[in-house]
Amino acid sequence: MVASSDMARRSFLERATQIMGALIAGGLGFPALVYLLKPANSFAPGGFVDAADISQLKPRIPEEVEFQRIRKDGWKLITEKSTAWVVKLTDSEVVAYSPQCTHLGCAYHFEEAKGEFVCPCHTTNFSIDGEVMGGPAPRPLDRFPVKVQGSRLLIGTIENAKPASKKKGA
Amino acid sequence: MKALIDWIEDRTGLISTIAHFLNEEIPASSGWHQVFGSVAMFLFLVQAFTGILLGLNYGATPGEAHSSLRFIINELSGGALIRGLHHWGASAMVIVVVLHMIQVFIWGAYKKPREATWLAGVVLLLFTLAFSLTGYLLPWDNRAYWGTVVTTQIAAGVPVMGPYVLRLMGAQDGVGVITFARFYGAHVLILPAVTFLLIVFHIYLVRRHGVAPEPGDELLPKQKFYPKQVFRDTFAIFVVFATLFTLAIVAKAPLGRLADPTDTSYIPRPEWYFQFLFQLLKYCEGPLELFATVILPGLAVGGLLAVPFLDRSPMVKFTKRTMAMAVVVLCAIGWTGLTAGAIIQTPKEAALAEAMGPMDWVELTPIELAGVGYFQKDRCVICHTLGLANEGKPGPNLGTGGVSHDVAWMVAHFKRPGTPMAAMSLKPAEMNALASFLIKLTPQNSVKMSEVPSFAWEGAILYQKNQCGLCHQVNGAGTNNGPPLNALAKRRKPDWVKAHFRDPQKFDPDSTMPSYKFNERDMEWITSYLLALP
Repeated sequence: MVASSDMARRSFLERATQIMGALIAGGLGFPALVYLLKPANSFAPGGFVDAADISQLKPRIPEEVEFQRIRKDGWKLITEKSTAWVVKLTDSEVVAYSPQCTHLGCAYHFEEAKGEFVCPCHTTNFSIDGEVMGGPAPRPLDRFPVKVQGSRLLIGTIENAKPASKKKGA
Repeated sequence: MKALIDWIEDRTGLISTIAHFLNEEIPASSGWHQVFGSVAMFLFLVQAFTGILLGLNYGATPGEAHSSLRFIINELSGGALIRGLHHWGASAMVIVVVLHMIQVFIWGAYKKPREATWLAGVVLLLFTLAFSLTGYLLPWDNRAYWGTVVTTQIAAGVPVMGPYVLRLMGAQDGVGVITFARFYGAHVLILPAVTFLLIVFHIYLVRRHGVAPEPGDELLPKQKFYPKQVFRDTFAIFVVFATLFTLAIVAKAPLGRLADPTDTSYIPRPEWYFQFLFQLLKYCEGPLELFATVILPGLAVGGLLAVPFLDRSPMVKFTKRTMAMAVVVLCAIGWTGLTAGAIIQTPKEAALAEAMGPMDWVELTPIELAGVGYFQKDRCVICHTLGLANEGKPGPNLGTGGVSHDVAWMVAHFKRPGTPMAAMSLKPAEMNALASFLIKLTPQNSVKMSEVPSFAWEGAILYQKNQCGLCHQVNGAGTNNGPPLNALAKRRKPDWVKAHFRDPQKFDPDSTMPSYKFNERDMEWITSYLLALP
């Protein structure tokens, strides 16, 4: 009888120790995971910025434009230089491509002789419409949302890198 | 499962090592009074854990520290909790380490053969204090900056060694980037490493000599560390952790305004456990100053280190150790008295104002109050929240986050936002007013500031437009060419003020004040505003 109540007491102490240990680990571990994994509740400045004058843009001749963009970088709002390749595809459609290759993010350039965008890193070619003409890139060039106001082109932000399949035909 | 455990045991011996550790024999007299060491070690681990987490989102330079900490607290989920745990954990650790030391002292557990354990413990206490001293600077708010200015100045006053200590702290040219780097380096690189090693050594010594028995129980059958004492330790740890957790949620760890080396109004105060020295310093003038800054702390540390060598008597039951008890009680009385004195003499408003900014619109300068007006009139509230609740508006909540930029930045931002915010059409002076109001916002005052009565800000706009501040003073802003306008209601009635606006010379032929022919509505606003000023 004495022995069994001793045993019960021992197993109670063990169980209580384990539970308290687990609660402490949870109390520290769970907030830590949320803190590290959940995106910051920051105000992200998005929206359109006035990027370029497109009145001189020739049809289907890409121009690289430079503009200033304000971006939230961690705890800082920074103003940084940003670029885009702007193409007047038709009289009514102007597009702005993100300046990074959709393969691994290298900067590509336009080769006038070929009439194609060429990424030197792993030799992907893109047509003026942004389609992949050859090479390892998984999807067409990413397009910034754009608005035209008179002769000015306003460029928005690409929210997140989009998965290859979703971008098709966008 | 069994196979896995056997494999681990066979290849590493970890299982039997843990078993050996848990099955340590401890004296029959062991009990609740011996939990403090475990709690102290637990708190060290909590500090290391939360410190690492903070470090993962912290910009460790004076230029970045404050805004990154703000980012952690306001924008990262769980950030305020983790910072709270680290902040209050530091205090908890000092308390528990001291309690641990007092327990060992009263029980006489430092006596032969445990002198080295005691010495390591004293050094660990010093490391703990060094952690708080260096960590104090890292938020880089006024409290941190000015507190460290005083710390370094005290160090500079040490005879002979002073200048070298100052140089070691990187503070020979004042508290700056080098000081910050040195304090940060000490706090996250040097101290954790040496403290960890010394804790291991301290625990090794405890194991080597065994937990100190009470006299008389050497012959009683020993008990095992596991499970009874482990349960006691864990329970104590759990209670401390639950308290700490609650404190971190309920009591927000303070983060004052960005350090301002030109702020002459800020009175630095040390952390509460150092306030006894701060208070003592007030009583010591001239050459006596060294007593509080160097001699007394030096004697205390020297005395602690010498304890096991001064008291070489054999162990006796703690109830018979009147001398040890008397020393503890005297120290406690001295410490409590000085700390209480320091707390009583703390200027309440000053500390509060620093932490919270102006709490009511009557404390704002007319220009800042006019800024409230432009905020309302320019319909900033359509996109921004001033209060605490996030109402799902597109712009940042200016209340909880506060504004971490200066007036110049804000004005540039108003003119050319670069964000979805519409560029403002306010005049430069109006933008200045708006910006000077916005930078005064804190989480504590923002709700109040969203409820300023319209007559007040309308009155303040009139005050600003008519440049009343060129001659008058309100809340310390303006000049003394004319009479200051605070507490006007004690001197004048509304009708008098209105009549005086229309024709000042009727009341004083020599008055240089021009006459102001406000329309009825404006007259009502500016009169009500001025008379509402305390």
